[in-house]
Amino acid sequence: MSTVLQHRQPAGSAATAAAPAKKPSTKQGDSRQRRESLVAYGFLAPWFIGLGFITIGPILASLYFSFTDYSLIGDPEWVGLENYQRMLTDERLHNSLAVTFQYVFVSVPLQLALALALAMVLDRGVRGLALYRSIYYLPSLLGGSVAIAILWRQVFGANGLINQVLAFFGIQGEGWVSNPDYALGTLIILNVWTFGAPMVIFLAGLRQIPRMYYEAASVDGASPARRFFSITVPLLTPIIFFNLVLQMINAFQTFTQAFIVSGGTGGPTDSTLFYTLYLYQRGFGSFDMGYASAMAWLLLMIIGGFTVVNFLASKYWVFYGD
Amino acid sequence: MVTKTSAAPDPTTTNAPERRLPEHLRRSLTHIGLILFGLIMLYPLLWMLASSFKPTAEIFRDPSLFTGNFTPGNYAEGWTALQHPFQHYMLNSAIVVAGSIIGNLIGCSMAAYAFARLEFRGRKLFFAIMLMTIMLPIHVVIVPQYILFANIGWINTFYPLIVPKLLATDGFFIFLMVQFIRGLPKDLDEAARIDGCGHVRIFLRIILPLSAPALATTAIFTFIWTWNDFFTQLIFLTSPDMYTVPVALRTFVDSSSQTSWGPLFAMSVVALGPVFGFFLAGQRYLVKGIATTGIK
Repeated sequence: MSTVLQHRQPAGSAATAAAPAKKPSTKQGDSRQRRESLVAYGFLAPWFIGLGFITIGPILASLYFSFTDYSLIGDPEWVGLENYQRMLTDERLHNSLAVTFQYVFVSVPLQLALALALAMVLDRGVRGLALYRSIYYLPSLLGGSVAIAILWRQVFGANGLINQVLAFFGIQGEGWVSNPDYALGTLIILNVWTFGAPMVIFLAGLRQIPRMYYEAASVDGASPARRFFSITVPLLTPIIFFNLVLQMINAFQTFTQAFIVSGGTGGPTDSTLFYTLYLYQRGFGSFDMGYASAMAWLLLMIIGGFTVVNFLASKYWVFYGD
Repeated sequence: MVTKTSAAPDPTTTNAPERRLPEHLRRSLTHIGLILFGLIMLYPLLWMLASSFKPTAEIFRDPSLFTGNFTPGNYAEGWTALQHPFQHYMLNSAIVVAGSIIGNLIGCSMAAYAFARLEFRGRKLFFAIMLMTIMLPIHVVIVPQYILFANIGWINTFYPLIVPKLLATDGFFIFLMVQFIRGLPKDLDEAARIDGCGHVRIFLRIILPLSAPALATTAIFTFIWTWNDFFTQLIFLTSPDMYTVPVALRTFVDSSSQTSWGPLFAMSVVALGPVFGFFLAGQRYLVKGIATTGIK
């Protein structure tokens, strides 16, 4: 457990590790290297086919389709930038972007804050750590399922669990999932509820911080808050960054929860119309494949953009200790 | 290979004493807090389990875990509420899950062996591309994938759900296995090489058996994700004959009125059951797996 994180390396340098020593470039060495290359391509054959047909091919194809009008029946018809122009004036699209951003930027920080807080409590040598960790992790495994979305729909419904509990205290709740002001909030809570996965990663990261730093700081009279901000946070920034990128990408892709809780509509009044849900409606509800492809490209740009911004910004706050 | 250094970890685990509550009191309070918090987190799950044995009217009235009207009939009713009995959907899910696990184990371990142990042109570039595909949302490629699979007649079959796994499109697992294989001592494969073993035999006889923990992690995660996956199954499976559990549950929600929440909850519990079972059985691998790669 404690060594796990050491295996993880930054993406860029990962490929350089464990390279075999350079062989002297004799004839024999050359042919041997060539043979090893061929063997490697053999092992990678399924991956190459998958990359071509399942990943890169479709990305390029959707770029082409995004300039066409295509409903699966007949041939795609070239329409130039029309789909992109329509996106500029599509109110529902703009709304879905707003909903998605709100969801990502509210739920991910809350989720990570909770994950870090719990990880810090558990890291103080609590007995039964494994049990607590498992319990808190369970929602992460189940959170994306249809069954949990069904549960959420009931729990936050007009006569749901939340309102039954509130009624016990004499408070009259309302139908949280059917109120456009609160529906998105219930999905944010659902995402925060799945804080267990980043928590486990934080825990592994906290284990890597040498105890003696804290001891030295204590001896020097540093307060717990001071130790948190001057030792824990700086040394944990690579992990925080890692969790942030991952959870943001996850959150951008949320679909099932909104689909089930809103019955596929993104309602009430489009308040839970996530970008992915709207893309689904355009592509597989009205089979407007050209427009859906253009939307897919916008999503790729957004996620790519955020990842790049995250990585660039990380230079200013992530501390790699070298 | 093993280099012992004197830098053993500091055995002191207790913090330096400070102006605080007595240690045992502080510990107890921490435990009480952690247990309370865990209970609040798990309460909806426990309540769903309890409610699956309640009459529907009670589900909308009673927030407690107990019922005076124990109703196992919800399960019988839910099991047959849809077009097919529920085991039909379970079987479909099982086929998709089994195919995905086998596909991921074969495709990803092969790719991982190449990335971790072989020297070839373009290795760094391909590895970087592989890492990038991990971050690629399925929504970006789903439309052209659908068009492709529609053209070769694969819509409403299990192929679009299984074949991509065999083609190692789940980069997480390649990454996970690459990290694991790199941690294995190279002496073993070199010894085998000197004895005249080719790469295929080294892969099959040495690397794969030693990679059992990574393969187990892959299998467990594939099980849970595929069993829970809704988006691709919703898109590629179009007739009730082919529906898997999540897609069937969705039609159940859409068709059911307020009156059938008991059976709906019962079937939701059935849907979560296998995931919960795998969670209990494979916790060790799960925790290791996420700590290594950060996946959910």
